[in-house]
Amino acid sequence: MANRSPLLIGCAAGFSGDRTDAATPVVQALVNSGRPAVLIFETLAERTLALAQLARRTNPDAGYEPLLDDLLRPVLAQCLQHGVRIVSNFGAANPQGAALRIQQLAAELGARRPRVAVVHGDDLSGPQHRALLAQALGQDMPAQPIVSANAYIGAQPIAEALRAGADIVVCGRVADPSLVLGPALAHFGWQMDDWDRMARATMAGHLLECGSQVTGGYFADPGYKDVPGMACLGYPIAEIDADGHCTITKPAGTGGRVDERTVKEQLLYELHDPAAYLTPDVVADITSARVAQAGSDRVRVEGVRGHAQPPSLKVNVCFESGWFAEGEISYAGARAEARARLAGEVLRERLAGVAPLRIDLIGVASVFADDAGRWREAQAPGDARDVRLRVALQHQDHASAQRLVREVTALYCCGPAGGGGVRTAMRPRLGTVSCLVPREAVSTGFTLLD
Amino acid sequence: MTDTALTVPLYRLAHGRTGDKGNRSNISVIAWHPALWDLIVAQVTEQAVTRQFALRQPSRVTRHVLPELQAMNFVLDGVLDGGVNDALNLDSHGKALSFLLLDLPVQVPAALAQYLAGPQ
Repeated sequence: MANRSPLLIGCAAGFSGDRTDAATPVVQALVNSGRPAVLIFETLAERTLALAQLARRTNPDAGYEPLLDDLLRPVLAQCLQHGVRIVSNFGAANPQGAALRIQQLAAELGARRPRVAVVHGDDLSGPQHRALLAQALGQDMPAQPIVSANAYIGAQPIAEALRAGADIVVCGRVADPSLVLGPALAHFGWQMDDWDRMARATMAGHLLECGSQVTGGYFADPGYKDVPGMACLGYPIAEIDADGHCTITKPAGTGGRVDERTVKEQLLYELHDPAAYLTPDVVADITSARVAQAGSDRVRVEGVRGHAQPPSLKVNVCFESGWFAEGEISYAGARAEARARLAGEVLRERLAGVAPLRIDLIGVASVFADDAGRWREAQAPGDARDVRLRVALQHQDHASAQRLVREVTALYCCGPAGGGGVRTAMRPRLGTVSCLVPREAVSTGFTLLD
Repeated sequence: MTDTALTVPLYRLAHGRTGDKGNRSNISVIAWHPALWDLIVAQVTEQAVTRQFALRQPSRVTRHVLPELQAMNFVLDGVLDGGVNDALNLDSHGKALSFLLLDLPVQVPAALAQYLAGPQ
C-alpha cells in the first residue's frame, strides 16, 4: 500500500565500538516529530563479522554485537511504546542470539513483548557453501581455515519483515544502506525495480550508515573546519520523501553540525565510481546529485539516479592467517631520533630472516609511510626530540612472531640509551578475500520469533 | 590571470575524507569555494596525485569529477599494503591519507587568494 507521508530514519551507531549514548536524543526527536519513524544501528565493518564468529566459537550464545545491551537499553521501551521500529545489523554472526537477547531485555525493562524478525541468508560460512566459494574465489580460495563468509544481502527481507509487522528487524551482513532502503520500501510501497527512488533512499542510507560522520564527526580540523559540541555529537536523522529524496538533520540541542560540507564528505565516503555505486539493491549514480542547505543543520539531497541492481552479490571471506606482532619504545631529548633509528636497525638485524619488519618512527614518519620502508628511507635523518619507535611483523607461526615481542622488550637493557615505555602486543591475524556470487545462489528471508 | 601566483597546499583550496575497501583507498577533494574549482580541476590531476603518492606505489589512480558537487573523488588502487587485515601500518585503513593528498602544492593567482581557507 503506497504511503506518501515522509518517513524519518535516525541512525544511532555507525560502527561496532561507536558511542552508545547517541540513541536517546535521536529517539526523542523521532517521537517528537509525530511521524512514522525508524531507528537504525549500523555496527558491522569488514572484519567485525570474523571477530563475531570467533566469539561464537568460544560461546555459542555470543557472536552478536557485544554492546547490544548498551545500545538498546536506553531506548528500547520508548521505541516499542511509540512505534519507532528498529532495524540493525547488530545480529552479526548470531542474529538469532541477538533477537532472543532483545526479547529478554524488553522483559527486563517491563516493556511489551516485541515482535522480532531475524533476517537470514547472508552467512555462507557453513560447509554446504564451500563449493560455491571455491568456484567464485578460484585461486584466491584460502588454504587456511575459513572464519567467516558473508554475502552482502539487500533490503528485500528487511522490507518484508517490516510489512509482516516486525517491531525490530535483526540482520547480519546486509549492505549498510539497505538498513534504510528496507524501511523505505516497506513504508512507501515502491516497486522493486523503481531504481531512481531506490537509489535515492540507498544514498540516504549511505549518508546515515556511519552515524555522526555526516553530522560533524570525523570532520573537525581546527581553524579550517570547526565543529561545536563534539563531546555530545547529535546523530543523524534522514527525512525521506515519497520520491526518495532526503533531508539530513540531527536532534535539537545536540553538538555537531550538518552543512553542505559534512554531507558532501560523507556522500563520497567509501565511494569509487560516483556514476555506479554498487549495492545489492540498486546501482546508484550521484553524478547529478545536488546538496543544498535547507535551514540550520538541515541539508537537502536531491538528484540521485538509479540503475538496475547488479546480477551478483559481493561476498567477504575471512580466514585464519597466522599472527601479528608489534612493539614500541620511546626516546626523548637530545639525539632522540638518532637513538630511535639505531634501535630500529638493531631490531632489523636481530629479526633478520624471521619476516619483513615494518619500522615506524612516530613523530618523524609513520602512518603516511609504506610497509616496505621507502617513505622513511627517502627522508633525511632529522633531529626530532620525542620519537616513539614502533615495529611490526606478521608470521604464520606464533613462536616466530613472538620473537619480535622478546627483542623489543630486550631493548630495555641492550638498546640505545634512554629507551623507555615498552609496549608489545600479539594477536591472531585474519586474512580477507572477496568475490562475487550469482544472486540466485544466495537464498534470503526472515523469520518472526514466537 | 594576474602575473603573480602563490604556491599553497591544497588544503587551502579544498577539504576531503578518506575511505577504504580492501586494498583500495578513495579520497574526496571538495572545493571550499566555487571560485577555486577550475584551479583544482586543472592542477589536481591523476598525474599530480600519482606523484604525491609515489612512495605508496599505487597500481592505479583514477579521478572522478563531480562538477555539480564541486568535488572530485580519487580512487587509489593497491595503496594500502593489502588493506585493513594485511597491512602492518598502524593506520591499516589509510584513514590519514586525505591529509597527504591535501598537502599537494597548488599554484593560485593572487586575485583568488581571498577565497583560500585558513589563516592568511
